[in-house]
Amino acid sequence: MHMADALISPAVGGVFWAATAGLMTYCSKKMRNSFESLQVPLMGVLGAFIFASQMINFTIPGTGSSGHLGGGLLLAILLGPCPAFMTIASVLTVQALFFADGGLLALGCNIFNLGFFPCFLAYPFIYKLIAGEKPTQSRIVAGSILAAVVGLQLGAFGVVLETLFSGISELPFSTFVLLMQPIHLAIGVVEGLVTASVVAFVWAARPEILEMAAGHAPAKSFSIQKVLATLMILALVTGTGLSWFASAHPDGLEWSMAKTSGKEELEAPEQGIHSMLGHLQEATSFLPDYGFKSAEVTEAAEGEAQHETAVVEEAEAWPAVDIGTSVAGVVGGSLTLLMAWSIALFLRREQKTS
Amino acid sequence: MPKIESSLFEIGVLDQLAFQDTPLHRIDPRIKLITTLCFIVTVVSYNHYEFSALLPLILYPIALSASGQLPGAYLWRKLLIASPFALLIGMFNPLFDHSTLLQIGGLSISGGWVSFASIMLRFTLTVSAALILVASTGFATVCMALGRMGISKVFTTQLLFLYRYIFILTDEGLRMMRARNLRSFDKRGTGLKIYGSMLGQLLLRTMDRAQRIHQAMLCRGFTGDIRLNRQFRLRSTDITFAAGWLTFFILARTCNLPLAVGQFVMGIAA
Repeated sequence: MHMADALISPAVGGVFWAATAGLMTYCSKKMRNSFESLQVPLMGVLGAFIFASQMINFTIPGTGSSGHLGGGLLLAILLGPCPAFMTIASVLTVQALFFADGGLLALGCNIFNLGFFPCFLAYPFIYKLIAGEKPTQSRIVAGSILAAVVGLQLGAFGVVLETLFSGISELPFSTFVLLMQPIHLAIGVVEGLVTASVVAFVWAARPEILEMAAGHAPAKSFSIQKVLATLMILALVTGTGLSWFASAHPDGLEWSMAKTSGKEELEAPEQGIHSMLGHLQEATSFLPDYGFKSAEVTEAAEGEAQHETAVVEEAEAWPAVDIGTSVAGVVGGSLTLLMAWSIALFLRREQKTS
Repeated sequence: MPKIESSLFEIGVLDQLAFQDTPLHRIDPRIKLITTLCFIVTVVSYNHYEFSALLPLILYPIALSASGQLPGAYLWRKLLIASPFALLIGMFNPLFDHSTLLQIGGLSISGGWVSFASIMLRFTLTVSAALILVASTGFATVCMALGRMGISKVFTTQLLFLYRYIFILTDEGLRMMRARNLRSFDKRGTGLKIYGSMLGQLLLRTMDRAQRIHQAMLCRGFTGDIRLNRQFRLRSTDITFAAGWLTFFILARTCNLPLAVGQFVMGIAA
């Protein structure tokens, strides 16, 4: 469930980069004191362990498929929230750079979805509460499953919201939620079971490791107020940032005008200052129009006739189709590709001869 | 499983590519990092119905992989392996968005297909830019550059550590996996119970290893810094590289180059 660069807008990517950077600064401040301790190599090696554990898989009974560990919650249990968050961030960075999973701009979103929720919400408020100070086998299992499920549900919902706010995908909110949440419910249960069995094994074999981790973790001094404040600020930044972009974008207005007063009167002339400004606005629009029109289409799809009117309305809301422009775009596009290709060929030949 | 195995092998390939000595490899890593980020932001900032206007940006990955002597076929393969998520989500656009956006001859193309094509093009551009960054710079150097640009030391140290131990630990995981597979008949012993204790074992070994590493590091005077013997100096070629590409990005972003070229050609033809 890695977000991809191709699906997010700069505003969403930027907001989550900022949120992730803030969390990282907070964490590295918290961890500065323990910098010479065992924590440094432990974090590094456990990050590598997440990769290594993905070499080994197991059969999920009854389905014939196989699963493996995701690792967010396990790291939080072993290391505590802050070091675990940093470790997950590093794992995702390596994945983004080497496996092309997600992307550089989407990295903020991914770290937030897969790091923040398990480390700062699921672990302290669910796992710790259930497993308690003196964990037993059954408490570990219950805590892990519940925490993993909640963490992954939140993460999946994060993916949905980020995609929705970016407006690149046309997928309606309800469809996307129905697609993502059940899948991640199943993944969450599997992840919880795996985490539980590993933690239970460690608990049976070397209980001092878990105690050490719980002692290392700054979880005790971790206040709910701080989490809430961070979330509030985030919501505020996201809300104001996005609404500013949205209201600066005239498409919504144009659309409602076309809807209320009909299109003909308002249609801009094809040439002249108006269309030039239109082009300028198109060229500089930062956030793509993420009107909730697609959700409307699904609603309207209940009745056939209604559906048709919705489609017509949509077509009206769009810039008029200009055949000349389309053909010119295709011709120009092909020529551009040809040029890029020949430049590359030239560069390669230069390299060979030099 | 073979997929992970082969992709790990491919990490090594990326590293090997980074050891080359070409004009691209000689560019300052910080400059390459900034240019890559600018490129990605430029790509994703387009309207989601934009396809043709994005095409000029293909020049960036193509020119860089050419001047850095990076094998195109290999980069394509990595792109294909990573594509499922964008493909899966993008596929819904043609289903939900039917209104006609383009008309070429008798063929009318719906907005959904255009935005789907745009998503796949964005995917190709952004992912290839990131791959080219690593293949032309190397992971340790990217980390150094991140550190120089103000990313916290805790994080860059963590990245370097992680990277150093991925190979060792995955090797160990792979050996355990092979040993279990050789001993399990008819899928016996591949269930969750055995899996849990296998991972637990691997985890305990990993933690013991961390302890040994830590002691060894303390013996060698570790104070929280990983020192790499590399110096950064900005040269005029670096500045030209950044300035040139940034100008190109701005140019491509502000005017639709293919459309202009197309209209020009059509004008001549008419």
